[in-house]
Amino acid sequence: MSHFLDRLTFLQKYAGTFSNGHGEVTTESRAWEDAYRSRWATEKVVRSTHGANCTGSCSWKIYVKGGIVTWETQQTDYPRTRPDLPNHEPRGCSRGASYSWYLYSANRLKYPMARKRLIKLWRTAKAKHGDPVLAWKSIQDDPAQRREYQAVRGMGGFVRISWEEAEEIVAAANVHTVKTWGPDRVIGFSPIPAMSMVSYAAGSRYLSLIGGVCMSFYDWYCDLPPSSPQTWGEQTDVPESADWFNAGFIIMWGSNVPQTRTPDAHFMAEARYRGTKVVTVTPDYSEASKFADLWLHPKQGTDAALALAMGHVILSEWHAKDRGEYFVDYCRRYTDMPMLVLLAEQDGRLVADRQLRASDLADNAGQTNNPDWKTVAIDDASGEPYVPTGSIGFRWGEQGKWNLEGRDARTLESVTPRLSLVGDGATAQVTFPYFGDLAQPFFNPTALGQTMTRTVPVRSITLADGREAKVATVYDLMLANYGVERGFGDGAASYEAMAPYTPAWAGMVCGIPAKQIVTVAREFADNAEKTRGKSMVILGAALNHWYHSDMNYRGIINLLVMCGCIGQSGGGWAHYVGQEKLRPQSGWIPLAFATDWHRPPRQQNSTSFWYAHTDQWRYETVSVGEILSPTAPRKLSGALIDFNVRAERMGWLPSAPQLALNPLTVAADAAKAGQEVPAWLAGELSAGRITMSCEDPDHPVNWPRNLFVWRSNLLGSSGKGHEYFLKHLLGTQNGVQGKDLGEEGRAKPEEVAWHGEAPKGKLDLLVTLDFRMSTTCMYSDIVLPTATWYEKNDLNTSDMHPFIHPLTTAVDPAWESRSDWAIFKGICKRFSELSRGHLAVEKDVVLTPLMHDSPAELGQTHVVKEWRKGEVAPIPGKTMPGVTVVERDYPNTYARYTSLGPLLEKLGNNGKGMTWKTGDEVEFLRQLNGTVEVPGVETPLARIDSDIDACEVIMHLAPETNGHVAVKAWEALGKATGIDHTGLAKPKEHEAIRFRDIVAQPRKIISSPVWSGLESEEVCYNAGYTNIHELIPFRTLSGRQQLYQDHPWMLAFGEALCVYRPPIDLKAHQAMTGRAPNGNKEIALNFITPHQKWGIHSVYTDNLIMLTLSRGGPIVWISEVDAAEAGIEDNDWVEAFNLNGALCARAVVSQRVPKGMIMMYHAQEKIVNVPGSEITHARGGIHNSVTRAVIKPTHMIGGYAQQAYGFNYYGTIGTNRDEFVVVRKMANVAWLDGPRLTHQAADLKAAE
Amino acid sequence: MVELYQSFTTYLQGFLFGIYPYICMGVFVIGSLIRFDRDQYTWRSGSSQMLRTGQLRLGSNLFHYSIFFLFFGHLFGLLTPHWGYEWAISPATKQALAIYSGGAAGVVCFIGLSILMHRRLVDPRIRRTSTFADLAILVLLWVQLSLGLITLPFSMSHSDGSVMLALASWSQAILTFQARASELVIGLPFPYLAHLVLGMTLFLLTPFSRLVHIFSVPIWYLFRTWQIVRRRGGATRRPGPVLPPRPTAAE
Repeated sequence: MSHFLDRLTFLQKYAGTFSNGHGEVTTESRAWEDAYRSRWATEKVVRSTHGANCTGSCSWKIYVKGGIVTWETQQTDYPRTRPDLPNHEPRGCSRGASYSWYLYSANRLKYPMARKRLIKLWRTAKAKHGDPVLAWKSIQDDPAQRREYQAVRGMGGFVRISWEEAEEIVAAANVHTVKTWGPDRVIGFSPIPAMSMVSYAAGSRYLSLIGGVCMSFYDWYCDLPPSSPQTWGEQTDVPESADWFNAGFIIMWGSNVPQTRTPDAHFMAEARYRGTKVVTVTPDYSEASKFADLWLHPKQGTDAALALAMGHVILSEWHAKDRGEYFVDYCRRYTDMPMLVLLAEQDGRLVADRQLRASDLADNAGQTNNPDWKTVAIDDASGEPYVPTGSIGFRWGEQGKWNLEGRDARTLESVTPRLSLVGDGATAQVTFPYFGDLAQPFFNPTALGQTMTRTVPVRSITLADGREAKVATVYDLMLANYGVERGFGDGAASYEAMAPYTPAWAGMVCGIPAKQIVTVAREFADNAEKTRGKSMVILGAALNHWYHSDMNYRGIINLLVMCGCIGQSGGGWAHYVGQEKLRPQSGWIPLAFATDWHRPPRQQNSTSFWYAHTDQWRYETVSVGEILSPTAPRKLSGALIDFNVRAERMGWLPSAPQLALNPLTVAADAAKAGQEVPAWLAGELSAGRITMSCEDPDHPVNWPRNLFVWRSNLLGSSGKGHEYFLKHLLGTQNGVQGKDLGEEGRAKPEEVAWHGEAPKGKLDLLVTLDFRMSTTCMYSDIVLPTATWYEKNDLNTSDMHPFIHPLTTAVDPAWESRSDWAIFKGICKRFSELSRGHLAVEKDVVLTPLMHDSPAELGQTHVVKEWRKGEVAPIPGKTMPGVTVVERDYPNTYARYTSLGPLLEKLGNNGKGMTWKTGDEVEFLRQLNGTVEVPGVETPLARIDSDIDACEVIMHLAPETNGHVAVKAWEALGKATGIDHTGLAKPKEHEAIRFRDIVAQPRKIISSPVWSGLESEEVCYNAGYTNIHELIPFRTLSGRQQLYQDHPWMLAFGEALCVYRPPIDLKAHQAMTGRAPNGNKEIALNFITPHQKWGIHSVYTDNLIMLTLSRGGPIVWISEVDAAEAGIEDNDWVEAFNLNGALCARAVVSQRVPKGMIMMYHAQEKIVNVPGSEITHARGGIHNSVTRAVIKPTHMIGGYAQQAYGFNYYGTIGTNRDEFVVVRKMANVAWLDGPRLTHQAADLKAAE
Repeated sequence: MVELYQSFTTYLQGFLFGIYPYICMGVFVIGSLIRFDRDQYTWRSGSSQMLRTGQLRLGSNLFHYSIFFLFFGHLFGLLTPHWGYEWAISPATKQALAIYSGGAAGVVCFIGLSILMHRRLVDPRIRRTSTFADLAILVLLWVQLSLGLITLPFSMSHSDGSVMLALASWSQAILTFQARASELVIGLPFPYLAHLVLGMTLFLLTPFSRLVHIFSVPIWYLFRTWQIVRRRGGATRRPGPVLPPRPTAAE
């Protein structure tokens, strides 16, 4: 009752003593204990997760007390696994556990904010013009007004504004841009929808409805391994982490599982208890190495050499010796190894050319449908060539023969293909490219010549045109390329021989003792043979961020394929980079890209886009000649961007903006000419009267004008070539040190117009949505505060486990923040209102590349012909991009945004080339979400008002969360394969997972043909499982795992087979050495940017809890040897710089790091404890201040089976690890704390 | 006019030394009880040691030991009835004892308090985390101590102990509710009166400041046993424990 009275207990307080009076018992009040009880008491516990791109997708309990989120702990109610398999939980990490700090921190964005100078201009213009669109136009039409706010981007100066004003400015800018320049000048960048699908869809649905462009991310982040689409026709598919437990042998190759896959690392420990052997491959002594039975540490960037040498051992000891029946059988059935390859004469030598096709043989070998796209093998029994079923030609235009049953397409008899022609007797000398001599001194160049000639078993074959041609199998070519001795005397004599690709050779290149290479290779293959494929390689971005990432990856893929590990439980290729697996993808696409209203949406591959529009191409240091193969035909010339332009024109890659004019004007002009739009446009392009934007990215007509960034920290994290973004896209203070090709007088591109002076400030408006003041926000014109991951409803999935998780509103969005869904809905509403009088129902002409998983992937066969050069007629969708007219009802954009459009019922839904009807699901959604009337549509439509409505749309349309749809999708696939697959989903046919279900408990998704693995109680999810066990072809040219890449550009760049390609020379550091001395010693080091320990990308790096655990600001790691050489001590401030810019950080001097490398955990924010650079005199930069994107022509190939474009599936990737920097101790650490004008006036002037 | 002034000073004297003491005592006792009951989390010393140790170690120790001595010196000196000591010590000797020991403690206390005040005002970290009450109490204590020291010369000027006796009588009269207690201090020099009023004011302010920590000095720690077991339920009769099974007859 009363604390005081309760203490008046002197008479009854002592209830005795014990232990000889050393202790006493009292009856005093214990009410004070309640304080501690209520400290840990909560009002409610809510399930949510973290939308960081960490692949974790962990279920968390969010505790709410007094309306405030207090803390979070790991959920432990995941559905159980089965006996003999550990359960998933506990899942979570220290970073996730610190998230609640953000909600009420000073970093939290609380109100909409805008650049003060812009607001002043805006309010003046608005008062003058009244109409917001005209007001925006008046600002943009005056270059002085544009520069006034562009030039101070990133230098503070935000003021708080109302939501109404923010929405009005953004909507007015969008209307003006659509009207003046075209909708494809409105750009949106948001990554990894799997993190928070509805939040992604919020922006992408708006952009897709108005005709804006959604930018890719997986390729730009360099998480996309192009080797995966090249080999399997699959973006990326991997085993879930639980499957590690089933493995017998695991190699963790450049993947730091405990640090970057923390919630799943327990499976690694558990697998070791089960007896799995673990080998790690990583140059530094990473956390993962502590799991290892053996730690291999190659020199960074030379992983392909190690993989090739291991392959050499396995091929020599198994395949060349006919050992391992399982391996041989697997390679015959599931790989292109038995397929025949034409050998071509070139400069007097014989080189491997393209794969032989049915159309090469007399009478098209009996194939009338797509004979160009059907590969050929030799029947082992009869010794005659035949066309096996399953190649990509069977996928389109006919049904029932696209499968891996291994039949002769003509007779439908089961046939065993011949792997090797070695028994046939005939041989030929074939020349292969070898690149090991071209390495920079740091990467241990060899002196073995630029080509190697090997004896290969061949056969002569009569072609349709009567010519005799030599052919060889992929298998024989591969063995020759690996240098395997097969009794011809020109392979490697022994493992000690210094020849490509022996263990001794690899030891010289990558620094690993040959003996270790042999041991690991033997044990890996031996385990795979005994367990039928249960050897696994877990690999990470470390290997993928090199310019020649394909070679690192294909080297490893080859190992797995030759040992029959792909598609086998407990085995395979586990590339865990990026939360790429959006499980209910085909239910999400209609919502996200508004394909319920318009098809197709505009999508763009980011790497090429940023490369062009941040003008990084103007500073290109790599010429194509440096990377062409010595066996390439000589006619390929031009700069890297020229190859990209060619790819865009031929419809290989997408374009944004697309045409050098407003696409809303095209249809009217075509009508005037009395022609259909596609034909008219093709004619105009051909005549050169209309050009594509890619040919002149610096012309104001082709600039991107409005950019939305949401769920992303483009400028603080992923923006390779950060300083070029600042200089050209934003037009503000930057640290670019290099001169462009014009200033340097070097060769300029052939296909791209050159402007003497590069544009500064292409963007009219940069709008960023975030919950925290990130680096990107600092550079934005308008910043909109979003709900955190505990304040919104959304969906989250991962590739690491089969569950689908919700994000839910533990509390309402704090201060004035709103969910992404609410923000874009608001902008959309305002846009619809403001568009009246400026835009009506408009005809938008959309260009689309030749898409993978569509008939267009059979667009261009093995000869590259350009319509622009008059080599071929421009045929939309065949030799150039597809042309579609899309009707957009701009004033009704909001009504369309908030309803499920009629196209789903009319055209059905689809995924990965399968199409199914979905009328039942749409009708169900009408009943569930209610209906709404939309102008111009007769029937009422299902409402999509709240974020939960949006979740229900996704989950009900997707096969993974709706059993009915799964059965329909399997049926659709069965038509193509001729096999009934519906049994895989039938047991769950009547299961439909709803939002409330996953709020109650995580749910396992349903097996679907959109993915290549199964979710069942018998096997863990494993990539390629259905290809191997259900005989569904890989979506490649041969329908099998494609180890031979035969596109002309692949041949030209020498990558038909996997070869060792050393890191390239970006020439960015040499010119900076000694340029601006500060008295301290300068050394050059290779710049490596692995994933964080104290953050997930840039998230958490500004979180006080994580900052306290680390060193409280940016750090770089260097070796003791290098530190001693440069006079650097631990915790010294150092600066790293090259032509791209500079960054400042504290040095961590550690034995962990090998000599020659500087390691900076990527994406440490620029906003915490970053001093001014001595080189740039601006604040010291982020990791990407010293990088620049360099694109690779082989990633631009399109319209060619598996090498056809898909959003985030294929395209150029943002590599950055070949970069070197100059490193030195800083002499003067300036904090630039004074007013901007005194410190940075000179730089500001320079920016002008 | 003069009359008016005289009647005002008479009234003021009556109020300050006859009524104000009870107001102060009332607020002090009742206010402290209320705060203890209603606001347990504010019942603390508000130490800033965590923010900066430095000057605190010296200043705080000097201050606390000397103020401890001064407080109890005043307590026993003022409240011990005359008959309680006159058989042992003369008022003059007692006064001399008080002056010299109290004076010495006062000087030490002055140094300690000045250090603490300097720290609180000058150290930006401490200054920024200080409340108005923290600063006010510190200043008042410093003024009160200064006033106390100022009275020393006055006391020395009449070494017979008469002033001391008057103050003691007044204190005892107040505590024993004598109606005309205020008359006992009429005519004392001003510093004494000011010291008295401010002293009472400090009691008045105690429930509203960090001074409440005086009640909670953990002296009992010195006498407790090694281990203390608190029974469930206890004095508040909260839902009690499940009692151990009673021994049955069979046992």
